Amino acid sequence: MQLSERHRQYWQKNLRLTAVLLAIWFVVTYGVGYFARDLNFTFFGWPFSFWMGAQGALVVYVAIIWYYARAMNKLDEEHGVAEEA
Amino acid sequence: MAGMNPPAATGGSSRAANAAFKKQLNKVYAWYTGGFVVFVVLLAIAEQMGLSREGIGLTFLAATVLLYAGIGFMSRTSDASEYYVAGRRVPAIYNGMATGADWMSAASFIGMAGTLYLTGYSGLAFIMGWTGGYCLVALFLAPYLRKFGQFTIPDFLGARYEGNLPRTLGVVAAILCSFVYVVAQILGVGVITARLTGLPFEIGVFAGLAGILVCSFLGGMRAVTWTQVAQYIILIIAYMIPVVWLSVKQTGVPVPQAVYGYQLQKVTEAEKRIKDDPKEQEVIAIFKAKAAEFDAKLKDIPAALAAERTAAQAKLDAVRAASPLVPADVQAAEKALAAVPKDEASAKDAWAKAKKANEDRAKPLAGMPAHAQVFRGDPNGDDKAKEAFDIDRRNFLALVFCLMVGTAALPHILMRYYTTPSVKEARESVFWSLFFIFLLYFTAPALAVLVKFEVFTNLVGMPFDQLPAWIASWSKIDAALLSVADINKDGIFQLGEMKIGGDIIVLATPEIGGLPYVVSGMVAAGGLAAALSTADGLLLTIANALSHDVYYKMIDPNASTARRVTISKVLLLVVAVAAAAVAAQKPADILFLVSAAFSIAAAAFFPSLVLGVFWKRANKWGASAGILVGLSVTIFYMITTQPWLRSVFGVTAPVADYTWFDILPISAGLFGVPLGFATIIIVSLLTPAPSRETQELVEHVRYPDLNLGKA
Repeated sequence: MQLSERHRQYWQKNLRLTAVLLAIWFVVTYGVGYFARDLNFTFFGWPFSFWMGAQGALVVYVAIIWYYARAMNKLDEEHGVAEEA
Repeated sequence: MAGMNPPAATGGSSRAANAAFKKQLNKVYAWYTGGFVVFVVLLAIAEQMGLSREGIGLTFLAATVLLYAGIGFMSRTSDASEYYVAGRRVPAIYNGMATGADWMSAASFIGMAGTLYLTGYSGLAFIMGWTGGYCLVALFLAPYLRKFGQFTIPDFLGARYEGNLPRTLGVVAAILCSFVYVVAQILGVGVITARLTGLPFEIGVFAGLAGILVCSFLGGMRAVTWTQVAQYIILIIAYMIPVVWLSVKQTGVPVPQAVYGYQLQKVTEAEKRIKDDPKEQEVIAIFKAKAAEFDAKLKDIPAALAAERTAAQAKLDAVRAASPLVPADVQAAEKALAAVPKDEASAKDAWAKAKKANEDRAKPLAGMPAHAQVFRGDPNGDDKAKEAFDIDRRNFLALVFCLMVGTAALPHILMRYYTTPSVKEARESVFWSLFFIFLLYFTAPALAVLVKFEVFTNLVGMPFDQLPAWIASWSKIDAALLSVADINKDGIFQLGEMKIGGDIIVLATPEIGGLPYVVSGMVAAGGLAAALSTADGLLLTIANALSHDVYYKMIDPNASTARRVTISKVLLLVVAVAAAAVAAQKPADILFLVSAAFSIAAAAFFPSLVLGVFWKRANKWGASAGILVGLSVTIFYMITTQPWLRSVFGVTAPVADYTWFDILPISAGLFGVPLGFATIIIVSLLTPAPSRETQELVEHVRYPDLNLGKA
């Protein structure tokens, strides 16, 4: 079985997208978590780090997954690997 | 692999069929939701006309369980593809809802807001951990598992890692973590049933078990999926209504998630006020004095025990000699004498416990940290404060890590992504899963703050004879959940005088907000739905691992489909009864057991699954060694550091000898996961590369449709 150049590109792009989204996930979770004590300014009534833990991070997680599904479904089409059905 | 897909999953006509199916589902569940609302309204009217509380509770219990049974009965099947993966035609949005219900257990629904109430910022580790894990599911696992397209998670390990050794290890780990988890769910079912109906706990367990079984037994994944959608709808409505009500009552805005920041500010002000209140300090001083009393007794146990016994005897003699004789006094004195510890060992035990209990309550804010305070200690304080801060932060981040990786490794969740019609829908389905989970997790911290505001500003400082009725009724149910006593005898309620368990926060919210009892019944039914749906998914995972992976793949590969499904059903029954039997023993420390399941799953599955997709060189020996090492390290750390497990396994050396980096046992996966990765990589590189067919399987999994002629 020999993969074409187009297949290889598809996989490379997938890996790059995965890495970028994972980096965002990491910063939102562990970056904010690690510096939580220093990020305690008021944000619409909440202390910022509390708000991030209770809402901000969750919104980012949902957005990451939404974007990944959209981008990958498009990438499938562009590289001819989308399912037929 | 393609032969496993039902013919309906490919070709143009199937798209139309799938669309029609989805449309029909929309109609059915719209009617269902409407029907549920009408049912609640009718019950509310019945309550006004004088239906008793037990009547409401029983009606809710019977109606919802019958409903689930009905769905289970209508979806009965013995077709393998329907039984194991619901025919692979569950639309993304419905699979999302089902995953949401599957995911949110009794711990999420009942326990989480309570944990947030008690621990403030630290509790957010659960919120972040149990949602952020879905990013890992989406990026690393769901689409690839769907493309692989078999039935179970050990299936993937067996195919990717060429053989029965990795498959067997997968089966063992899947059963271990699912069983631990299902015991906790059945326990939750028992508690709610008992409270809703007044039945004894053990009967509650088995009544709930019947509700679980009718769904999964008859129709496997198909029945479980459609029941879980129904359960999600009930649980989300039940969770939202009391919080919205409380928010309107306190702020006038019906969107609690948007406004509770300002309530949090008020809670912080109230915390300062309560800390400085001399009456609160009086209560604390009383607890301190009591703790000191027990401490003194512990210093000379024989003398203290003798003195206590003499005093109790003298008191009994005195009341017996009194005239006129007061029988109640005699009884009380006899009871007091009987309660004196029998020997020195039991005296030591009892007094040490009492000392600890009093010390725990002799703290400002009844031992709760300030709600918005991030981590204990102080990074700019003295050495001790600095260390406390570092350890607390480290443990917070470690817990988030374990919960996230565990989420992305629990077999009953990953299995759900086999049920969608395509890879594309599997990706979308992860989005819908997290979206539906997000709705509840976004709300839980708001609920905790609103309840805290209610308690801190309305309850504290109230005269005892005016306390609302829910306090009395809940303390009657179980003193461990709520006990209130006027410690300093000033007739005014102080925060320090209440001992509250996290599990009642959600269940009592309707009463705290002053809603009719029918809403309380609905919340309990929601908790039941959460526990039942998770238990269903877990039981199915265990039964499938045994029937599909052990029996069909390893013992009798020629077994007919009908036989496999029958065996799965029988095993389901056996496992369910075993789990209920364990749950009826009330094993200690359920919260720990649940988190243990996450660490076990994380260490066993995450490294081997991820490397299986992303690293072609990973081979059989690497994966097997990786699973073993990850699992053993995690379990070893738990056994040597967790108090309950230490006593079960008779570990006596001091905890400090075993603790690494001051990490708590709940986050044991922190060590197992990286070691698992490292082991797989090292052992794989030392042993031969996997066969060409296996490497082609990896390519096959990476592309939704690897049509080499087309590209």
